[in-house]
Amino acid sequence: MDPGVRAPLLVLGLPFAAFLLLAVVAPVRRAGRVAGAVSILATGIALVAALVIWSDGTDGAATWAWIPADGGPMATVGLLVDPLSSAMLVLVTLVSLLVQVYSLAYLGDEGAPSLGRYYTYQSLFAFSMLGLVLSPSFVQMFVFWELVGLCSYLLIGYWYERPSAARAAVKAFWVTKLGDLGFVVGIVMLWAATGTFEFHALFAKAQEHALAIEGLGTIMFLIYLGAVGKSAQFPLHVWLPDAMEGPTPVSALIHAATMVTAGVFLVARAQPLFALTPGVLTLIGWVGAFTALLAASMACVEGDIKRVLAYSTVSQLGYMMAAAGAGASYASFLHLLTHGLFKALLFLGAGAVIHAVGTNDIFRMGGLFRAMPQTGVVFVVGTLALAGVPPLAGFFSKEAILAGVWDAEMRGPFLMLALTTFLTAFYMFRVVFLAFFGRAHAPGHPHEPPLAMRGPLWLLAALTVLVGLRLGLAQGGAHHGPGWLAPASIALALGGILLAWATYQRGAVDPARLADTFPLSTLDFLARRRYGLDALYGGLYRGFILGFSRLIGWIDRYLVDGVLNFLSAWTLRSGDLLRRVQSGQPQDYVYGVAFGVLLLFIWAQWWR
Amino acid sequence: MSLYGYLTLAALVFAIGLFGVLTRRNAIGILLGIELMLNAVNINLVAFARFHADVAGLVFTLFTIAITVAEVAVGLAIVIAIFRVRRTVEADRLDLLRG
Repeated sequence: MDPGVRAPLLVLGLPFAAFLLLAVVAPVRRAGRVAGAVSILATGIALVAALVIWSDGTDGAATWAWIPADGGPMATVGLLVDPLSSAMLVLVTLVSLLVQVYSLAYLGDEGAPSLGRYYTYQSLFAFSMLGLVLSPSFVQMFVFWELVGLCSYLLIGYWYERPSAARAAVKAFWVTKLGDLGFVVGIVMLWAATGTFEFHALFAKAQEHALAIEGLGTIMFLIYLGAVGKSAQFPLHVWLPDAMEGPTPVSALIHAATMVTAGVFLVARAQPLFALTPGVLTLIGWVGAFTALLAASMACVEGDIKRVLAYSTVSQLGYMMAAAGAGASYASFLHLLTHGLFKALLFLGAGAVIHAVGTNDIFRMGGLFRAMPQTGVVFVVGTLALAGVPPLAGFFSKEAILAGVWDAEMRGPFLMLALTTFLTAFYMFRVVFLAFFGRAHAPGHPHEPPLAMRGPLWLLAALTVLVGLRLGLAQGGAHHGPGWLAPASIALALGGILLAWATYQRGAVDPARLADTFPLSTLDFLARRRYGLDALYGGLYRGFILGFSRLIGWIDRYLVDGVLNFLSAWTLRSGDLLRRVQSGQPQDYVYGVAFGVLLLFIWAQWWR
Repeated sequence: MSLYGYLTLAALVFAIGLFGVLTRRNAIGILLGIELMLNAVNINLVAFARFHADVAGLVFTLFTIAITVAEVAVGLAIVIAIFRVRRTVEADRLDLLRG
């Protein structure tokens, strides 16, 4: 075995070992906090190992035969370590660890068995996500892709007694499955055309221009569909806001920092293949930019703090996809990493707020900055990073994306993304001003969260600042885009902040009147109804799937069951009729025997 | 007397026995009918043994007689047991197996 894959094997194995321990040994799981300690310990060691891999710049791969076939194995399993996957390893283990520590306090009121279940799922998720980023082939990636989808389902439905949570879990599962259907068909078609699932073999072929297969565009489009579902791109973005029914730390980890970025990671990983199909790349870019704008517009009218963040996640995923479509994979991946940090920070901060005031509604918060200044500071840091204010992490990656899209001469997506920058700053500061400033009318007595929650918040805030500074120093003035781009995007962000301040803090603009002026009123109407997409899908679901189910149900009940019921009813009836033959008198039976013998005799004598 | 004479005698005895089984209402009478039918068979066996010069028929007959004795013993014991419980041996009134 390649010594370079020992550490990755450790990173992958530890969360799995923790999961197995918790899943199989019920007393440990039901001990609640002990289960949490096991999971945190495993993830902590995995984080150390991931940091070692990342700082060493390990490059390595190992594969083992999996599906045997004539002429070599049909599929392999293995590990692929390169800069892309090692950076993801650090992000995933870091955010997992922080979220697991945070959850100890956030879910402290849960019963011990329930908490143990939570940490079992968390360990499984860490294992699945790490397996996904380490996959050296499409098949293995698909397996782990489905596993993270399963964990997402389980954790959204963590409070399964709530009907809304159970419904959201099922919705997330179904909507992402729609995309996964395309993914699996795509990789099978790719295998049929090339005979391999492995990335390095496929990339080698792509480099030698030996991949001129017919229908490569269709194949890559189908694979992209998987990313559309997982990364909540239009039109399959509808599941992500509903996924906020899960506990807030879960939203931070799965639905902001890691799992939803798997689609972006897929496009980044398969970049050499997507590069061969410029048409699909253009589509990715346009859909990404449109998603970014659409989600940002919905975030502007949302009143639930977690759903605002969810729409913002959809919007930022759109950014990443747009960059990937423009061929700026570096910018896309950079934004994935920085977004993972500051969006986890924002979600955990929102969790602290919800923990303190007991509501998600930003209109029922206010003046929280005075009550919980530490949470307020880190939340504002995250918000500034998301809005794209230098020198925080989000500024540089967003800048790189805008530059990449501009360089790719995609004017339409560029305009949409620029507008989104403005909207992002606006809706995020709308939350900040409504929740943390303004008149205090939060119910109860909000207070700072315990240390287990504050620690991860401060660490993420520090990382957001540090990574931003590091990027600023490394990049210097080496922007790809035109010189006016950086000032313009800062101006857009500041404009958004200013508008939010004027509207929600200063009261200079009445938001109700703003929403009533003509072009905005229509938008407001549509955005509040989520552009009718949920209603449309709901109608399609009820109309087609339920209608079809009803037809099948009728056939089962009246045709299939009918035949059986008919048979059984006749068996009963005929038995009832024949019952009378049994008189209980042996002599009657002997009469029957004698009569039968007589008949046989006659038959033998004359008719044979 | 030819073989047919014996066979005719056996058939008559069998028919009388069968008639007794079918018509008697008394359990003892039915047992007597069964005895007649069995002995008709015995007559057949002995007649065939005699006319075909085969000892197997005689052996069979001896077995049948022995088994018949046992059967009558069991049958009568059952009849007595039934009488003790039901106070009757009328076959019409013993219809526990009626469907």
